[in-house]
Amino acid sequence: MPPVVSISKLNKIYDSGFHALKNINLDINSGEIIALLGPNGAGKTTLISIICGIVNASSGTIMVDGFDTQKEYRKTRGKIGLVPQELTSDAFSTVWNTVSFSRGLFGKEPNPAIIERVLKDLSLWDKKDNMMMTLSGGMKRRVLIAKALSHEPEILFLDEPTAGVDVELRKDMWRVINRLRDSGVTIILTTHYIEEAEEIADRIGIISNGEIILVEQKATLIKKLGKKTITLKLQDTLDHIPEDLNNYELELSSDRREIHYSFSTTTPDNNTQSSHVASLISTLNLNGIHFSDIDTKQSSLEEIFVELVSNNGDTNSKNAALQEQ
Amino acid sequence: MNYYAIKAIYKFEMSRTWRTLLQSIVSPIISTSLYFVVFGSAIGSRIDEIDGIAYGSFIVPGLLMLSLLTQSIANASFGIFFPKFSGTIYEVLSAPVSSREIVLGYVGAATSKSLLVGVIILATAGLFVPLQIAHPFAMLFFLVMTCITFSLLGFIIGIWADNFEKLQLIPSLVVTPLVFLGGSFYSINMLPSFWQTVTLFNPVVYLISGFRWSFYGIADVNVGISIAMILFFLCLALFIVWRIFKTGYQLRK
Repeated sequence: MPPVVSISKLNKIYDSGFHALKNINLDINSGEIIALLGPNGAGKTTLISIICGIVNASSGTIMVDGFDTQKEYRKTRGKIGLVPQELTSDAFSTVWNTVSFSRGLFGKEPNPAIIERVLKDLSLWDKKDNMMMTLSGGMKRRVLIAKALSHEPEILFLDEPTAGVDVELRKDMWRVINRLRDSGVTIILTTHYIEEAEEIADRIGIISNGEIILVEQKATLIKKLGKKTITLKLQDTLDHIPEDLNNYELELSSDRREIHYSFSTTTPDNNTQSSHVASLISTLNLNGIHFSDIDTKQSSLEEIFVELVSNNGDTNSKNAALQEQ
Repeated sequence: MNYYAIKAIYKFEMSRTWRTLLQSIVSPIISTSLYFVVFGSAIGSRIDEIDGIAYGSFIVPGLLMLSLLTQSIANASFGIFFPKFSGTIYEVLSAPVSSREIVLGYVGAATSKSLLVGVIILATAGLFVPLQIAHPFAMLFFLVMTCITFSLLGFIIGIWADNFEKLQLIPSLVVTPLVFLGGSFYSINMLPSFWQTVTLFNPVVYLISGFRWSFYGIADVNVGISIAMILFFLCLALFIVWRIFKTGYQLRK
């Protein structure tokens, strides 16, 4: 199945000379949720803005459902809904009017039934006659989603949809996003909340300094780039790690009561990892080192993300390593 | 053509008019009525007729032109400036709408509002002074063309302005003085010959002169030149708007 959005050799250089996007290539599949992760100023919003037609690209092409966003903008924009990062709205319009306005703007005939369904889906029905300025931040965010959905788009861009909202509302928003995905909408969201990407995304793209560092399935990313740490709680204190355990690069805790063993989950494969750990435990026993408890910890997406964006040199080599696999 | 989008923008802009009725309609009517009271009755009663027209009646086209120009610019500039200022412009820019449709929506609404104000002011003027319209079609032509042209100018100003001060700069420091010095309250034939020549560099002179001719059949400059000038201004404004959308100036980065 061809990608619903295909970005090729996309560059954006602002008048100030700032190179916001550098040779971006990205394919987005129909029906998926892809999260674009990156620190502030990484280029996430610029990328979305170019796809949606708000910002002009310096070079490169973007195809949406097979149509060029420049040459056939009517067809591409009609398929896209955008929820911006800022809570922008006409303060004096009612919820109903502002959502209906959006539908008209996207060239769709008035359809009160669809507006009603969208408002009900987003729990906004009882607020339909309220003026925008009377709504809370969370409700305004929902209205922006309703506006973006009013013309029944196939692709929805959510630019930091849960920025500044409380935990409860954030989880509520995730439920809304999952429901939309279930209805067949392709969702592209930017976020710098790792938890958000980890919770709802199928794939994750990491952007740093205007470049896409990598794009991977969420589970694969964690598996490939993650680290596992085993902590062995010793029955007795240990003065030093015996020489025949040097191959394992173990760390002894400062209170000498724990041994930490960290290894990459990228290689070797699961079976080899298990035999490696079994061999370690056996060697420990042979050396008369007994432990009372064992704890394992898989590195989180957040730890992977921090490592990736904080060390550009390493990330390039990791990306290369990923390509080789 | 995305007619639904044009209608949506037009309706949205017009709804702002009804929401701010005092500012949009009542305020310009009161201002113009005050001009009639002060210039038409108080001062005008001490001024002789100009070219056979009572002073109160003589100033009607000029006053009407003053309102049309200021209202057209104010309505159109605010209409496009405020979405830029509040950030809601993202929706228009990301919608399947052409530049022509955006202009039709915003400028069409601003033109409608100005025409509405113009017609009401004309009716109000009729309460203060006797009116005659010698060339009604020409009057309608000047009325509509002025509203469209200056709404386009307002649209350009609204896109150019990046703060509220700039929004007011051209209307208050350029347009209003040009209208006052363009023969709104006098015939330029009353000026010394040197200033008559200088006044001909004021583009508003041609609009007021042509408009006054459509009322009373008298003009400071040839009516053909007035028509040519208003068409020239319209083409110039359309060209600038076209360039704005072509380059994305102040709209698309």
